[in-house]
Amino acid sequence: MRRRDQRLMMIAAAGAVLVLAATLTFVGLRDSITYFVAPSELAEKAQSGQRVRLGGLVVDGTLRRDEDGAMRFAVTDGATQVEVRYAGILPDLFREGQGVVAEGTWAPGAAFEADRVLAKHDENYMPREVAEAIKQRGEWKGEDAP
Amino acid sequence: MIAEIGAFAAALALALSLAQGVMGLTASRRDSRAQATAAIAQAAAALCIFGFICLIIVFVRSDFSVAVVAANSHIDKPLAYKIAGAWGNHEGSMLLWCTVSALFGAVLASTRGRQSQGLWSRSVGVQGLVTAGALIYTLFLSPPFARLDPAPMIGSGLNPLLQDPALVIHPPLLYLGYVGLSVPFSLAIAALIEGKADQAWARALRPWTLAAWMFLTAGIAIGSYWAYYELGWGGWWFWDPVENASFMPWLIAAALVHSAIVTERRGSLASWTMLLAIIGFGLAILGTFLVRSGVLTSVHAFAVDPQRGIAMLVLLFIALGVGFGLYAWRAPKLAQASGFAAVSRESMLVWNNFGLAIAAAVVLIGTLYPLIVEAMGGGLISVGPPFFNATVAPLLGVLLLLLPLGPMLTWRVGDMRTALMRLAPAGALALVTLVTALALSGWRAVPAIGLALGVWLIAGGFIYLWTRIERGEGRKLAKLAALPLAVWSMSLAHLGAGVLTIGAIAETAFRSERIVLLTPGESVDFVERRLTLLGVGQTEGPNYTATRAEFRVERGAAVQRLSAERRYFTTSPMPTTEVGILSGIDGDLYVALGEAARDETGAWSVRLYHNPLVYLIFLGALMMAFGGVLSLIALSRRKKVSP
Repeated sequence: MRRRDQRLMMIAAAGAVLVLAATLTFVGLRDSITYFVAPSELAEKAQSGQRVRLGGLVVDGTLRRDEDGAMRFAVTDGATQVEVRYAGILPDLFREGQGVVAEGTWAPGAAFEADRVLAKHDENYMPREVAEAIKQRGEWKGEDAP
Repeated sequence: MIAEIGAFAAALALALSLAQGVMGLTASRRDSRAQATAAIAQAAAALCIFGFICLIIVFVRSDFSVAVVAANSHIDKPLAYKIAGAWGNHEGSMLLWCTVSALFGAVLASTRGRQSQGLWSRSVGVQGLVTAGALIYTLFLSPPFARLDPAPMIGSGLNPLLQDPALVIHPPLLYLGYVGLSVPFSLAIAALIEGKADQAWARALRPWTLAAWMFLTAGIAIGSYWAYYELGWGGWWFWDPVENASFMPWLIAAALVHSAIVTERRGSLASWTMLLAIIGFGLAILGTFLVRSGVLTSVHAFAVDPQRGIAMLVLLFIALGVGFGLYAWRAPKLAQASGFAAVSRESMLVWNNFGLAIAAAVVLIGTLYPLIVEAMGGGLISVGPPFFNATVAPLLGVLLLLLPLGPMLTWRVGDMRTALMRLAPAGALALVTLVTALALSGWRAVPAIGLALGVWLIAGGFIYLWTRIERGEGRKLAKLAALPLAVWSMSLAHLGAGVLTIGAIAETAFRSERIVLLTPGESVDFVERRLTLLGVGQTEGPNYTATRAEFRVERGAAVQRLSAERRYFTTSPMPTTEVGILSGIDGDLYVALGEAARDETGAWSVRLYHNPLVYLIFLGALMMAFGGVLSLIALSRRKKVSP
């Protein structure tokens, strides 16, 4: 009898841990995922202050530095340009005219505040999201689908 | 010519691996096929190694008529990186995968131990099929020896980020870990075919799980350190898909290391151990798939090709299909051995396995969720650090809270009250840490709990060692020296977990960072230090030019120099960041040089980080890996005593 109680206790405890883990996972997936948006979808899809990933091409000649050292550049998907502000050192692969993914928040009337900028560490590579965004605009010029 | 010889050796190895698979699986108790299987396994391994050496030779000779050499090497490259270039690309690294798999097959074939002949020859056979699958993939979908016609005069060079000492060691270690998990898989499949998993089987399994886990630990630690100093962001773990791809097999391997102990010592948990072995290898293939297919956006450097990804998924489904199919069919028939009480060493190890497996599942869900959402038309999303910090961290926290209890309990029936009493000093120390950290950090709960956990683990580890020498007669120091190696290895690995926890929490929660614009001669104060930019000049390396900034760092009376570079490689349009790091007892001062200001002020943007106690992260991981090494030595010694 004692043995069965012990087993029941262990199963109950295991079940509790499992439920806890599942809850954490579902709450986590609900609250902390980041949507990917193209510049032309930003106003419509991103609520003010919500974290998103903005992907597109860096517009030639737009890279400059603010007084406080933060970098500013514009990102486009061929339809809309969005101004991005990033207080950090841009990744080595960051180039004007090339694909980039900026992660951060946006509010109407201000620049997109990025706290992370990804430019893939391979000169031939375009982040998949960027390729998707450009393809959706019908501006895709790559030789083959990614 | 050498390339053709290499390709021929690899093709021959494929034929031999297939033969090894067929012979090993069909060997019966009496005939000599089992012996032949072992000989074939050794021949296949020799051929694979020979083929891989051929690949290294074409890289060293910069034979640009071979496609991978032309795409990944350059005549100017230092010799060490020419050699490492052989595995610094997809094709070569896949050949390395095959070679390691064949090599492990040969080692498996020559270490029968006390296994029955059937189990032994079947496991060698399954390993042969694993090697064959990898070779088919390599030779047909990513041939490492393919020629280019006409041959280019000059190679396009290795991705400059990869020109680093870590490239020489990081990928081979990870592959040793990934492929190491194929051996427990082969052993599990063999046991399922035989319908028998005894303690001799678990005994054969243990060194392989330990070796795979140890290689993964070391490989991940070195990769993490590489990312820390190469990417120039000051971070060491980003919950990036590529990192998760290696973390999932690591978690399962850690679970396997513990469950195999129970199966060997007590005969229980055999079917669970098998299930873990199958899942572990599945995750190792999934990891290779995630890294190589590019289905998920990663910050790490890889060339990707979706078509190869599909082939890899096919291999994954074959391995998991066979594994789970056999498991569902045969595992219920396996005899379950002795039971254990709810409070015992076994039950603590069950909890350990439960926690690690759930953590692996959560990482898997988080990593694959973007793919699932996209497949269901939910748009493109990414799951980042906030998710993993909110889910995996608390799970691992609970696991670490329970960890010191495990070794304090005895097998079968343990005494929780005595264990807790003995651990009371560690608990008190952890509470003091908790309160102190809360007060000093302005009531930030999460870091305080993390630091307290680390202290609990370390103090608990020392208390365990104390209980081992406190009993009986004799001088304590003499008894400490006479402790079995197995005790040391376990203690070292567990202490390493505590050290890593403290480092990870300190670095993540208390890091400072700042971006400044500095003109030469200008100074800035940063975390008790005064940093002065002395000057910025040009230097030359073997195949790059660099902009180098020199700094003076004053801290109290101590003055040190530090330099940070941006390197421009002749073969690549992108510069790389070479950060300057000054390590001290309180952590690292980490300086990355940015770009010159676009205006004419002569100022440079400089990113400063202070990463407190960051070295504890790598030290802790190395302690864990070294614990694995000690445990392997302990296991091999034991075999010699009782053959």
